[in-house]
Amino acid sequence: MHPVNVAPVTTPEPVLVRAGALTKHFGDFEAVRGIDVEVRRGEAFGFLGPNGAGKSSTMRMISCTSPRTGGELSVLGLDPDTDGPRIRARLGVVPQTDNLDTELTVRQNLHTYGRYFGLSRSTVREKAAELLEFAQLTDRADHEVEPLSGGMKRRLTIARSLINDPDLLLLDEPTTGLDPQARHLLWERLFRLKQSGVTLIITTHYMDEAEQLCDRLVVMDGGRIAAEGSPSELINRYSTREVLELRFTPGTQDAVVPSVVDLAERVEVLPDRLLLYTKDGEGALAAAQARDVRPLSSLVRRSTLEDVFLHLTGRTLVD
Amino acid sequence: MDTIPSRSTGVVVGPVRAVLLGVEKHWTWYRRNWRSTAISSFLQPVLFLLAMGVGFGSQVQPGEATGGHSYLVYLAPALVVVTAVQNATWESTYAILSSFIWQKSYWGAVVTPITPAQIFYGQLTWIGLRLVSSAVVFLAVAALLGAVSGPGVLLALPFAVLAGLAFAAPVVAFSATRETAEGFTGLFRFVVIPMTLFTGAFFPITQLPGWLRPVAWITPMWHGVELARGAAFGTLQLLPALAHLGYLLVMAAVGIVLGRKYFRRRLAV
Repeated sequence: MHPVNVAPVTTPEPVLVRAGALTKHFGDFEAVRGIDVEVRRGEAFGFLGPNGAGKSSTMRMISCTSPRTGGELSVLGLDPDTDGPRIRARLGVVPQTDNLDTELTVRQNLHTYGRYFGLSRSTVREKAAELLEFAQLTDRADHEVEPLSGGMKRRLTIARSLINDPDLLLLDEPTTGLDPQARHLLWERLFRLKQSGVTLIITTHYMDEAEQLCDRLVVMDGGRIAAEGSPSELINRYSTREVLELRFTPGTQDAVVPSVVDLAERVEVLPDRLLLYTKDGEGALAAAQARDVRPLSSLVRRSTLEDVFLHLTGRTLVD
Repeated sequence: MDTIPSRSTGVVVGPVRAVLLGVEKHWTWYRRNWRSTAISSFLQPVLFLLAMGVGFGSQVQPGEATGGHSYLVYLAPALVVVTAVQNATWESTYAILSSFIWQKSYWGAVVTPITPAQIFYGQLTWIGLRLVSSAVVFLAVAALLGAVSGPGVLLALPFAVLAGLAFAAPVVAFSATRETAEGFTGLFRFVVIPMTLFTGAFFPITQLPGWLRPVAWITPMWHGVELARGAAFGTLQLLPALAHLGYLLVMAAVGIVLGRKYFRRRLAV
């Protein structure tokens, strides 16, 4: 018999995080109201949603620092309720607010942290030197942390989370509060991690961050998952290819709706503008002008995750 | 459920090592910042011994109340306890709140394999070591000032540390429930200062009105002072000694149970 050409069988990557009907209550407040999530090895997975959507609560449950109220959760194949320390030994966690030891040096922060993971002094020294390079902090290694810029502190927090070569890296709002330049530098570092095969889970309320970093994401709102998919899938499913933005003096935009409503698949009314969802933005603009619609300014752009969120929830992500 | 194969180098450290790693972290901090604390832990005994022992003591005749010793010598073993309890209060208040709220370093540690209870034990162990070192400094200063009657005063050291820890444990637990530093002022003003002045360090509590004495009995400082002074002057008797020790141990144990509980409650929500 001749050997038969068979397409290589790709075994699916193992599931690192599996949540089923996962809930979290704080007293009467239901922060997470039954979510189902699966994250496989090698993925960059995102939770996109506004503040208060339940993203951080979910992250804290996955990082085994917050016991779940109900539902199923397994992380690295283990149960956080019974195996918290074993799971945490293999995680990297970047919290929403930096909790560096600001009275220690940059290097000492990495050293003391690495020791908590059972690493020897010599391993920690080597690893710290490597991570200082990665975080571009080598020339600050022996400076105290306190006077560093926000971007540097954030890079140090990320470097610290990598000290144990984690199987899974959890990043809670990694670039919130940073200036654009610092954000781009961080994204570039995170992208490198992703390329090297580290599994990432990211929460963010910035749609550009989600688009840049995530292979797959869920849109969260009010403790529930509103939609799931890759950024482009979500945009295709919940939005049109283009968006025409018409800007008006606040308060006058409502009156214009009847004259443009048939020019688009969908019209969203925001406080200062109308969003017309259509395949052909320029065409819609020309048609609107032909009907004597006179906006203060107009803009044709591609749809983003912001539009997806607006469609799903009727609200904007960042106020 | 299958375990996912790991490439991570992190492991779970044993409970004792986990506590020692907490101590190691505090030590890393202390190595950078020891100067200010060292100066105060040296200066405080010097000032107290000079003012109360030498200055005020010059007006006090050695007599029955002072066990026949000069006031300076009478005071020294008790002051070891007083400063240990005071230092314990400092180390158990602002530093703890800072690790929860300002520096947030407990939150950093709790995402590692270290558990909230281990963080608490590490913190308390560190406080114990700080109390040992400042008590050693105190005794050395006292010896230099001629306030030491004999080797018995060395026994004041473990008793002072025990009294300090018996107070530190519940205070750390209390601090773990705070959102602001407001409660601390009250703790110093209404607990620590009265305890310092009225629990037998400067004069025997038999001088207090009868109804006030039970208040002194519930303070760890009084038990510590009784133990330290009795040991220094060889007047300690077995049964009272066991009662004092027992009281301090129970107080420390209650503090430890509460501290562990409150650390868990706060760090794992």
